[in-house]
Amino acid sequence: MIEARGLTKRYGDTLAVDNLSFSVAPGKITGFLGPNGAGKTTTMRLILGLDQPTSGAVTVNGRPFTQVAQPMRQVGALLDAKALHGGRSAYNHLLCLAQSNNLPKSRVDEVLVLVGLTEVARKRTRGFSLGMGQRLGIAAALLGDPEILMFDEPVNGLDPEGILWIRNLMKALAAEGRTIFVSSHLMSEMENTADHLLVIGRGKLIADCTVAEFIAANSQLTVRVRTPQQDQLAKLVAAAGGTIRENGDGAIMVSGLGTGEVGDLAYENSVRLHELAPVHASLEQAFMELTASSVQFRAGVPADGTGNGRPGDQPGATDRVIEQVLAGEVL
Amino acid sequence: MAMTSTHAPMATAGQARSGAGTPTFASVVRSEFTKIRSVRSTYWTLLVLVVVTVGFGALASYGATRGHHPHGPLFDATQQSLGGLYISQLVIGVLGVLVISSEYSTGMIRTTLTTLPRRGLMIAAKALVFAVVAFVTGLITCFASFFLGQAIMSSDHISVSLSQPNVLRAVIGGALFLTACGLLAFGLGLLLRHTAGAITTVVGLLFLLTILVSLLPATWQDHVDKWMPAMAGTQIWTTIPSQGQPAVFAPWTGFAVLCGYAAIALIAGLILFRKRDA
Repeated sequence: MIEARGLTKRYGDTLAVDNLSFSVAPGKITGFLGPNGAGKTTTMRLILGLDQPTSGAVTVNGRPFTQVAQPMRQVGALLDAKALHGGRSAYNHLLCLAQSNNLPKSRVDEVLVLVGLTEVARKRTRGFSLGMGQRLGIAAALLGDPEILMFDEPVNGLDPEGILWIRNLMKALAAEGRTIFVSSHLMSEMENTADHLLVIGRGKLIADCTVAEFIAANSQLTVRVRTPQQDQLAKLVAAAGGTIRENGDGAIMVSGLGTGEVGDLAYENSVRLHELAPVHASLEQAFMELTASSVQFRAGVPADGTGNGRPGDQPGATDRVIEQVLAGEVL
Repeated sequence: MAMTSTHAPMATAGQARSGAGTPTFASVVRSEFTKIRSVRSTYWTLLVLVVVTVGFGALASYGATRGHHPHGPLFDATQQSLGGLYISQLVIGVLGVLVISSEYSTGMIRTTLTTLPRRGLMIAAKALVFAVVAFVTGLITCFASFFLGQAIMSSDHISVSLSQPNVLRAVIGGALFLTACGLLAFGLGLLLRHTAGAITTVVGLLFLLTILVSLLPATWQDHVDKWMPAMAGTQIWTTIPSQGQPAVFAPWTGFAVLCGYAAIALIAGLILFRKRDA
């Protein structure tokens, strides 16, 4: 159990973490979501005692982390896979960490097997790829067989195989009853793995709920309709209180009305429909709507994690990109 | 690399040992020893330390046999053979800085402190391990320098033996001097957290300061020079009482002054280290 109360961290003029209060419940995966620069890493550093809060406090199982008796048994953390001495072998890196916490040497070999690095254990880590570094960082986090695991952007820069590996690992660790606290700016990643969400923007907590609740609360239901009588339907929808957007591919997107209402409206007025489908808003979209006002570094395109954002696009094309993303999400 | 299970319970090996998972001073010392022995820079620096100390000591000893002037009562054959220490104090200083600054330059400090958040414990263990490594290497080096130097000077009948007054104290004192210089550098490394900056400061404090003081008026020098860290510490590896040289401290007093500087750097470093964000 991680509990933060009024957690605040200021670096000079920048308020990195602003009065955060939350708890990370045991036994599930809690996603810590926010755009780059929202304060996710700072929050994790505060939890681990690397930084001292300007005000407020955060405890791990009821105590500040700097005072826990068995740090590695309680928390395993991977903040930065490159936070190691590149001249030291993977084995010796893990050995010195294990020794510091009085953990048996045999544990080093066990975690090396677990992450599949046994064969390169005697090599210096300077030559490790990003994926190998990430595995080594996870091995270090698992050394103490900890109750709580914290990962900061664990899939950043990994290839698809590596992403899948981490995703499965987190699920397996959670299935064993561990508490997982994982940060990401990739909404799609959270959708796939997290049970619970903490969303922050500009250092402030903006949501604390389940993934389903988050989507339901923060996105409008949209209905995708294709009809040869577009003008007629548009008038009917407007009269019924709905709003309409052109999708650009011949379909229109209706919001404010459900599929049933749109279907009935069309039937009663003899409008022919070629397509009528509910669009389930993605976490991605809900997140963008929620954080639109709290993005620290606003860019022309909401490129984060969607894979569809094209850096060349003009700011005016933002809506278009979102629609393309949504089109891909139609079920 | 398919993962079938992540669960490798510690109960098998871990729980068997009492106290597993709880850091102790001894366990952190073991960890810090693993750290210092598992990087190449340690071995390179220590090799340079041995070569420089023994090499320059031998050169100084050879030089003494070639002197045109007869050697008076103030000639210190022990100090002559240990003359390499004038340079190797900087080499141990580099290692002292590196053992702590490399934690920062590599980012390792963040991993170290997330696995062992009790900062004072970590620094105490790291300082102890470094001091022991510095002292043991220094002891071997100083004895090697002494015996080689005396062997060279024996041809000129100006050598001394370990059984003569103050000689053993001076040779062991050489190792103590290196250790204290190293700890001073360690403290500065902890304060500055930056390799190049800390090494520059060490060189300035041990070397340049002494040169600058020599530029002062002679009457001032008598009062200032003896307080310089290197000058004060050097007295522990001399054997001739400072007769006719009122301007230096007695051996142990001088060494205590050097240790004082090291203590100031270490304590200031530790206070900041406990407060600062890592």
